[in-house]
Amino acid sequence: MSSLEASLNTERQVSGRIRRKRKAYHEMTYHFMLLPGMVLLFIFSIVPMFGIVMAFQKFIPAKGIFGSKWAGLTNFTYMFQLPDAKQIFVNTLVIAVGKIILGLIVPIVFALLLNEVRLKVFKSTVQTIVYLPHFMSWVVLGTMMTMIFSYDGMVNNILQLFGLERTMFLASNAWFRPLLIVTDTWKEFGYGTIVYLAALTGINPSLYESAALDGASRWKQTLNITLPGILPTIILLGTLSLGNVLNAGFDQVFNMYNPLVYQTGDIIDTFVYRMGLIQMQYSFATAVGLMKSVISFVLIVVSYKLASKYAGYRIF
Amino acid sequence: MIQSRTFGAQASRFLIILVLVLIACLSLAPIINTIMVSVSSSTAVNAGKVYFLPVDINFSSYAKILDDAKFWRAFLVSVERVALGGAINMLLTVLMAYPLSRTASQFRARNVYMWIIVFTMLFSGGIVPWYMVISKLGMINSIWALVLPGAVPVFNVILLMNFFKGIPKEMEEAAFIDGAGPLKILWHIFIPVSMPSLATITLFVIVGHWNNFFDGIVLINDSHKIPLQTYLQQLSLTRDQMQNLSVEQLQQYNKISNTTLNSAKILVSMIPILLIYPFLQRYLIHGIVLGSVKE
Repeated sequence: MSSLEASLNTERQVSGRIRRKRKAYHEMTYHFMLLPGMVLLFIFSIVPMFGIVMAFQKFIPAKGIFGSKWAGLTNFTYMFQLPDAKQIFVNTLVIAVGKIILGLIVPIVFALLLNEVRLKVFKSTVQTIVYLPHFMSWVVLGTMMTMIFSYDGMVNNILQLFGLERTMFLASNAWFRPLLIVTDTWKEFGYGTIVYLAALTGINPSLYESAALDGASRWKQTLNITLPGILPTIILLGTLSLGNVLNAGFDQVFNMYNPLVYQTGDIIDTFVYRMGLIQMQYSFATAVGLMKSVISFVLIVVSYKLASKYAGYRIF
Repeated sequence: MIQSRTFGAQASRFLIILVLVLIACLSLAPIINTIMVSVSSSTAVNAGKVYFLPVDINFSSYAKILDDAKFWRAFLVSVERVALGGAINMLLTVLMAYPLSRTASQFRARNVYMWIIVFTMLFSGGIVPWYMVISKLGMINSIWALVLPGAVPVFNVILLMNFFKGIPKEMEEAAFIDGAGPLKILWHIFIPVSMPSLATITLFVIVGHWNNFFDGIVLINDSHKIPLQTYLQQLSLTRDQMQNLSVEQLQQYNKISNTTLNSAKILVSMIPILLIYPFLQRYLIHGIVLGSVKE
């Protein structure tokens, strides 16, 4: 009896040791699997973060980061005094918020309209068409938009047919921001509907049946069943978009703007690019970029916190 | 769903379909106009006669592109970066997603890695230090500059990790008891099960590489080595050249720039995207579910 127990115990000890050894071996393998990716992330994401010290220096490339003089906060005070810098913050905010609002409303309306259609072929054809622009680059679309909205482009030709005056949309400070917001919404609204269409399939069909029996019209059903059904998704996406209020869309602006509309269309990202990589004002550009990175970081963290608190959303 | 058959309901359904058709047309309008411009004569285009039908139909722009060595060189660079960059992206995504999908008790360092990775996604040093690191490494003008800095697609890693987490434990248990190591389990169980997810991510990675123009502008100075999107971007005047132009000069510039040829060029650049678009669309819904809005 006792010998049997003893042998069982040693067996347990042995298997425990093997299991531990195996776990150690597995963990070692995990580290090796992560190694190449982590090395690349370190070189191209973490190392540049140390370059942030340039924002607090009067950086001179020939002297390097260790040889350049410290400048304290002068780069930042300079930024707050420069009228251009103030303007680009305003531009960024206005354009980004415009895109967020329109980019939230249009897909919801479109998804609700699409939801009313029962003809499958029609529905999927429309979807195929409206998703397409999402996959095209702003180089391609920017070229198209520049052609279409130019002084002798299609839009102006049509305006003239109706006896309206030609407008330089791309060189007009009154038109440039709305143009950015509308064309961005045009590109992304179709793709944005996917989430809502997925949410719509989750609504219990029996709700509609009982509502119809009670004599509720389609409009009433949309208002009282469909909208509340997708409301959590709307709130979630709205919250997450908080992280984007300083992302006005570099690719789009870069491919559509020109010096005539810098006053209303120049955003933080394009400004940092021109200051840093064209005019070689490394320290100043890094300071402006850092300002944006820090604010965006805080906003994203806050929006994730809100989303996880109120919608149970977690990315990992 | 119960549909009412009253006249009002019929009329509103018809109206909805009409609106949807209009929106779909609006989505296609710029693309169709560009196609028509590319097959019309320059004189007709400049006279503002081309809307949604070709005028003086001819394919001379496309013939010109066929002989354009610069265009095809850039096209090849793009193909190269998609193949090389896409392969590296996918390899690293799979290799990183698996260990990260383990629980913290299975892999004690898991959360440390996770925090570092998420931090790199949410915060960056900005474009100037990024450029300096790459240039210090001597990668300017090399294809590696287009491939390595973005080699770890952090967002995709998290997508795949979440998918791996959802794979039932029972599936790997048998292999584990047979003594299979992590690489074997990943290769024989996780990868076959997640083929649709991998297809989705591959397609997104391909589109991302194909459409990227910015790293080509900043990191490649040699015009023989720029990718296609960068080549197309530089067809228009550089911003610095435009700096000194007045409104009238800008109008003049728009007139003389070769609209028909440029239209044809951007359309040819879209062909690879259009070729994979049917696959993209099939996996689209899957990709959204993959990035599950709710867990």
